[in-house]
Amino acid sequence: MEGDIAQLGQFIGAGLAAIGSGAAAIGVGHVAGNFLAGALRNPSAAASQTATLFIGIAFAEALGIFSFLVALLLMFAV
Amino acid sequence: MATETTAGGHVEPVYQEVAGMCTDSNGGAIGMPQLCFDWFPNQIFWLVVTLVVIFLVLSRVALPRISAILAERQGTITNDLAAAEDLKAKATEAEEAYNKALADARTEAQAIVAKARAEIQADLDVAIEKADAEIAARSAESEKAIAEIRAGALENVKIVATDTAAEIVTALGGQADADAIQTAVASQMKG
Amino acid sequence: MASEATGAEQGAEGGSLVFHPMDQFIVKPLFGGDTVAWYTPTNVTLWMALAVVAVIALLVLGTSKRGIVPSRSQSVAELAYGFVYKMVEDVTGKDGIKYFPYIMTLFMFIVCSNFLGLIPASFTTTSHIAVTSIMGFGVFFAVTILGFVKNGSAFLGLFWVSSAPLALRPILAIIELISYFVRPVSHSIRLAGNMMAGHAVLKVFAGFAQVTAIAPIAILSVTAIYGLELLVAFIQAYVFTILTCVYLKDALHPSH
Repeated sequence: MEGDIAQLGQFIGAGLAAIGSGAAAIGVGHVAGNFLAGALRNPSAAASQTATLFIGIAFAEALGIFSFLVALLLMFAV
Repeated sequence: MATETTAGGHVEPVYQEVAGMCTDSNGGAIGMPQLCFDWFPNQIFWLVVTLVVIFLVLSRVALPRISAILAERQGTITNDLAAAEDLKAKATEAEEAYNKALADARTEAQAIVAKARAEIQADLDVAIEKADAEIAARSAESEKAIAEIRAGALENVKIVATDTAAEIVTALGGQADADAIQTAVASQMKG
Repeated sequence: MASEATGAEQGAEGGSLVFHPMDQFIVKPLFGGDTVAWYTPTNVTLWMALAVVAVIALLVLGTSKRGIVPSRSQSVAELAYGFVYKMVEDVTGKDGIKYFPYIMTLFMFIVCSNFLGLIPASFTTTSHIAVTSIMGFGVFFAVTILGFVKNGSAFLGLFWVSSAPLALRPILAIIELISYFVRPVSHSIRLAGNMMAGHAVLKVFAGFAQVTAIAPIAILSVTAIYGLELLVAFIQAYVFTILTCVYLKDALHPSH
């Protein structure tokens, strides 16, 4: 029975960690949306900044991937 | 696990020989396969081999070849552009020469026209002068003839008038005095 | 306990749903046997060899005609070359060009592995943390050593933000130091995590197709996610490469 309680904790923890993925999704959307807003104001400068956009998206996404990883670890590895 | 699977009615392939630390007796993964440290040396070894092979292929064969192709294409494009530039310059030159020739021909034509006009004008002047002179000569001659005729006519009129007057005087029974008649005629003709 | 979680068998309405999202990442010996020694030819070997074959087919065989007017495969090869070359030149500057073959190697390996991993029933080598962390830490150590060799102790100026107020600089130095040492971890986990997450999600949705009622939705979802994964496969290779270029730029020009 105590295994079941531990498993319950695992799954709850994994679910909570998965919230972080959603937060990272908000972050990525924020980056992309702000880029688009800036690009529409000044389209000539947009093309030169796509690399910066992808780097920003990658950084925002990495943290979401970390929380996803924590969720996976809780699900499968603990 | 195995009993549960069979109870669930699913037929799972059973790998008898795979009984490592990271897989169960059915060949399913225990935990995350990414964290199975038994497999790390294998993956790392083959990764290093792969990267070295790709690096050797790229740096020895592929990248020099592609950069050579790109450079060659760049050279060809540059050459073609230069040739096109040359041809364009030649075409411009030819056009200029043509325009110059055209302008020359035009001025020459105008010169010829002007010259012809001048010649014709000169001929015309000479002809007109000649004609004028002839006309003047002819008119002088005519005037002279007219004057002669007029003089002749006056003389005839005098003779006729004298004769007529003498006849009239004789017919009237008078004695015609030649001197008187002549004087009378002369005075009448003077008007 | 862990094995129970792996099975994840739950009684659903129409029977029991079985998910094995992690089974696709198992390393298996190619020719039987149960031990995976460091030299054993495994499915890792197979799919890495296929990546090498793909790279050779694209970049060597595709350009074998050396046409001034490129054929289709040759223009793809030239596109890949120009893409990475321009990235290296734009991010690191002219003096980073001599590291272009190394970066091209990483890019071609990652992009080929990612796309090969999207073939159904294939094995994704880049979804393994062992693989990506070797590349991530390799980049990290190479770049750090290069920074010290090129700049000497001036490389430490990377952590001493001279544009900030003096009182803030020690705090910023600690933050910069931490973020510098997190770099290889995030660099490698990002790639492996993205690949693993995408493939696991594909497997989970494929598992939903076992239930007849929701099978059409599940199959549609798998198709849509597959399209997303095609995008992610390229974007992650691009991101890995451009971050390598950014780290290289930091090593070559450490001043902020």
